[in-house]
Amino acid sequence: MSSITPELVEQHQITPEEYSRVLTLLGREPSLTELGIFSVMWSEHCSYKSSRMHLKRLPTRGARVLQGPGENAGVVDLGHGLACVFKVESHNHPSFVEPFQGAATGVGGILRDIFTMGARPVAIMDSLRFGPIVEDHTPSLPGGVPVKITQNRRILRGVVGGVGHYGNCFGVPNVGGETVFEACYQDNPLVNAFALGLARKDELFFAKAEGVGNPVIYVGAKTGRDGIHGASLLASAQFSGADGQQKRPNVQVGDPFLEKLLLEACLEAMHSGRVLGIQDMGAAGLTCSTCEMGGRGGVGVEIEMDLVPQRETGMTAYEIMLSESQERMLLVAERGHEQEVIGIFKKWGLDAVEIGTVIPEPVMRVKEGGKVVAEIPNTALTDEAPVYDRPWAPRSRLEPLDPPPAVKAQLDQARSGEDLAQDLVRLLAAPNISSKRWITEQYDSMVRTNTITGPGGDAGVIRIKETGQGLAMALDGNGRYCYLDPKRGARLAVAEASRNVSATGAEPIGGTNCLNFGNPEKPSILWQFSEVIDGITEACEALSIPITGGNVSFYNETEGRAIYPTPVIGVVGLLEKAEAHATAPFRPIGNNAGRSIIVLGGVLTTDESFAVSFGSSQYAQTIIGALWGLPPYVEMAYEQRVQACCRHLIAEGLVESAHDLSDGGLAVALAECALSSGVGASVKFNQADDARRLLFGEDASRILLSATKESRARIDHIVSQYNIRADEIGVTGGDALVVSQQGNKLFSVSLESLRSAYEDIFPATIEEVRV
Amino acid sequence: MKFGVVVFPGSNCDHDAFHAVQDALGQQAAYLWHQSTDLERSDAIILPGGFSYGDYLRTGAIAHFAPIMESVKKFAARGGLVLGICNGFQILLESGMLKGAMLRNRNLKFICRPVHLRVENVDTPFTNALHPGQVLSIPINHGEGNYYVDNETLETLQRRREIVFRYCDANGGLSDRTNPNGSLHHIASICNRGGNVMGMMPHPERACDALLGSTDGRAIFQSAINAISGTYSKPKVAEAVAPQR
Amino acid sequence: MSTAEKTTIRANVYVSLKKTVLDPQGQTIQSALRGLGFQHVESVRQGKYFAIDLDASLSPDAARAEADRIAREVLTNPVIEEYELEIEQ
Repeated sequence: MSSITPELVEQHQITPEEYSRVLTLLGREPSLTELGIFSVMWSEHCSYKSSRMHLKRLPTRGARVLQGPGENAGVVDLGHGLACVFKVESHNHPSFVEPFQGAATGVGGILRDIFTMGARPVAIMDSLRFGPIVEDHTPSLPGGVPVKITQNRRILRGVVGGVGHYGNCFGVPNVGGETVFEACYQDNPLVNAFALGLARKDELFFAKAEGVGNPVIYVGAKTGRDGIHGASLLASAQFSGADGQQKRPNVQVGDPFLEKLLLEACLEAMHSGRVLGIQDMGAAGLTCSTCEMGGRGGVGVEIEMDLVPQRETGMTAYEIMLSESQERMLLVAERGHEQEVIGIFKKWGLDAVEIGTVIPEPVMRVKEGGKVVAEIPNTALTDEAPVYDRPWAPRSRLEPLDPPPAVKAQLDQARSGEDLAQDLVRLLAAPNISSKRWITEQYDSMVRTNTITGPGGDAGVIRIKETGQGLAMALDGNGRYCYLDPKRGARLAVAEASRNVSATGAEPIGGTNCLNFGNPEKPSILWQFSEVIDGITEACEALSIPITGGNVSFYNETEGRAIYPTPVIGVVGLLEKAEAHATAPFRPIGNNAGRSIIVLGGVLTTDESFAVSFGSSQYAQTIIGALWGLPPYVEMAYEQRVQACCRHLIAEGLVESAHDLSDGGLAVALAECALSSGVGASVKFNQADDARRLLFGEDASRILLSATKESRARIDHIVSQYNIRADEIGVTGGDALVVSQQGNKLFSVSLESLRSAYEDIFPATIEEVRV
Repeated sequence: MKFGVVVFPGSNCDHDAFHAVQDALGQQAAYLWHQSTDLERSDAIILPGGFSYGDYLRTGAIAHFAPIMESVKKFAARGGLVLGICNGFQILLESGMLKGAMLRNRNLKFICRPVHLRVENVDTPFTNALHPGQVLSIPINHGEGNYYVDNETLETLQRRREIVFRYCDANGGLSDRTNPNGSLHHIASICNRGGNVMGMMPHPERACDALLGSTDGRAIFQSAINAISGTYSKPKVAEAVAPQR
Repeated sequence: MSTAEKTTIRANVYVSLKKTVLDPQGQTIQSALRGLGFQHVESVRQGKYFAIDLDASLSPDAARAEADRIAREVLTNPVIEEYELEIEQ
């Protein structure tokens, strides 16, 4: 009689077709434990079954790439014998179910991915998205779902607390990231965590088992019933209604203190030369690490359940294999030296137990009390996992291309200087633009004493003590852009992350992506995904940025409402000399002449294309309260020249500040440069264009610079070599932002009033107690 | 000169203190393992920042039971210099080597940012390179730095000039707004009666390199070097009489 | 009780801030409760709870003495905290 019923198969989220594939691959009926193993390994989260064929299109090769996608993290060569290991990964669903622990374990997971490769984590960043935290123009979501301000604030507070708790205790600086608010993220917040580590190039480790007979050692936390089926249930299926509450037991609890010990012990064990391969137990826990290490090494791994350290009593093989308890690692050591390795972990007060051996047969064999309870070929779980070429179809536009009539009428009326000043103040106070100091001051941004530019800069910049080099890193994404046009939005995300890095003077050398989407079984969602992949590919090729890893998060949907397609791009750049970097704030000028303010780059768009692209701007969202049109077009070859020119100017020490123009356009960028230094600016426009366009338009490929008058000639000379524009628009100085157009003063706003909008509203909002 | 940097499980500013002493100040540094009792002939001991034992019971509460702390206490009793930074300060309070205790920050949040500090006593082995009233810019990084002590002890601290740094504004002014965590009397740092044991919540090791924004922390290590090398000699307690406000 | 002999004695230790010490967490919770409409809340103090299982070979008096020592010497900081101890029978 069969013990595996169709209902049981369905409960494991395995389709009937997939189940017959299981039967073929095994040549027999699976045991319950084996069914559980297939269910997690073939889940979307672990197998990438819907995305794999599309991900193949991403450019992954480059002169500096030492390790592309497929390992725990990507690796690029920094020269001087050093390598940089980095990746971004999502922890979206757990962070909705339990914001604090979900976000904390997200940080913990990405940190393990880095140090499992032999690298010491030296920086983290996070890209966060939440539903609205203030009432604005969107009182309800599609379908009449009300905006839940209180819930969204609670999730924000929990996530920020969790990110801080884990990173602060572990001892890795949080150097940047982004926080975005949009109605579509209300019941699907996004928590994408990035980590970067450094290793000697010849001391990198890989997740590979080798040497038949070698011991397989389990280290770190004991196994409990945490997160059983987390990978398959939480990350691979959409939420419906009250499910979030019911799924709470699946959420794991993180212990950053234990992880810090694990880091030190792992690095020490790796240096002993007795560790051959190592992998962390993340999603799908012991199952994933066992079959993947065997698979990569072309060998097998046999483990005994009775030897696995357990936190709870009466755990079955099924539960032990599927547990997602945090802070655990599996490693293969050299036979005869296992006590040396175990001794290092004991020194750090950690469990280290030999639970199995490397075997010649390419299978994962699980025993319980000496009896085999699961034996599956490695390839059945990895290479032979299903891959779907799911149908896709372009999604019909829901938003108009041209401004809706009411908006058109509004745009046709000129805006007074006073109104424009008010608009700027409102934009600076909007959660998407305002200072995120309330968030970032809860993170240790300086531990390890390498942080040159922390949160709030265009990119985080750290120095490398050993070589005097610097590393810049930025995370960027814009769901609204991608919703209006997935391919353009993806190109812009890559362009902006790269531009942020270039604005520090660093040359982009590698990228990573976290792709957050709705349900891929819907053709329109898969189309968005495919378009985004194409957009990333085009942009990365144009800017020579290989993608070395990342992750895909599907099923970000609640009751059929999907998030905006949200690719988050991480770009890492290298400064050969850390000192030769730029920062955004204008420099104090004392009694000297004000510095020239220059907009580097920028392509002239026609009035018509502007009317279309303005619909995707922060101005349209915050001031007009409408969404239409397309994201700005980015000409990649031009973008590349603007960034290269910016790096050139910084390397020659010709500019005193550099800041990327993005959300909120020129006016917001000017305010940010001024507020961060207390040095005001005076700007004159000679064009007759709509001032809203000049001040708040979000045309791509622009960087705001300031420089002394003496540097101007040399700057112009260099700019001409790159065949791009560079327009001087004003001078620094004073304690206000003064703007005039064609000889008429538009407005003058004191930095004090800009500052109170930019700095004070966000904390007051989030601290407000609501019932 | 040799600085011993104690490593507890969960210390995470140990490397930073080591680096500051060795590379910014050009002195010798050594890591001292918490389970050892050997101070390896260090001239001064640093208890670094971090989350020793996860701070799971109370900040610094478990660390003071570590074997190395017995040696540190004996070393301090003989007049040896001991500097506790952040979690190290919390450990000194828990061990009773300094008076008082830490509560959670007034706003209940972890705070990481540079603050201004006014030196209140330049006649200590950790401040002799500073001039009276000097204002330093050094980062804080803690969730529990809200210093508390009973009134009687506070009075003693003031009378004996054991308050070493206070949180202030850029000009040295004291106000509620410039007190980041709610500390009693804006206290950022205190020392023991002999002055040879000092605890401070701000991180001087994070302010030793111009590239990172401030070099104001160097003076604290430099003072210790002066004290050990004899280029500074502490005034007798009797001379240091003017009580603090 | 002959088949399921109790093998441990449970000591419950409740640690809280002394009444004289400001408790910002308790105050925040109090004002939040008021805000939520619980108008009868006069004050809130928060603290920590430890459940300690001691070997049942100890006499009740010895168990209490041991738990009291743990509470006094390790679990509380007398500068700011106080505790209550109860032994479950």
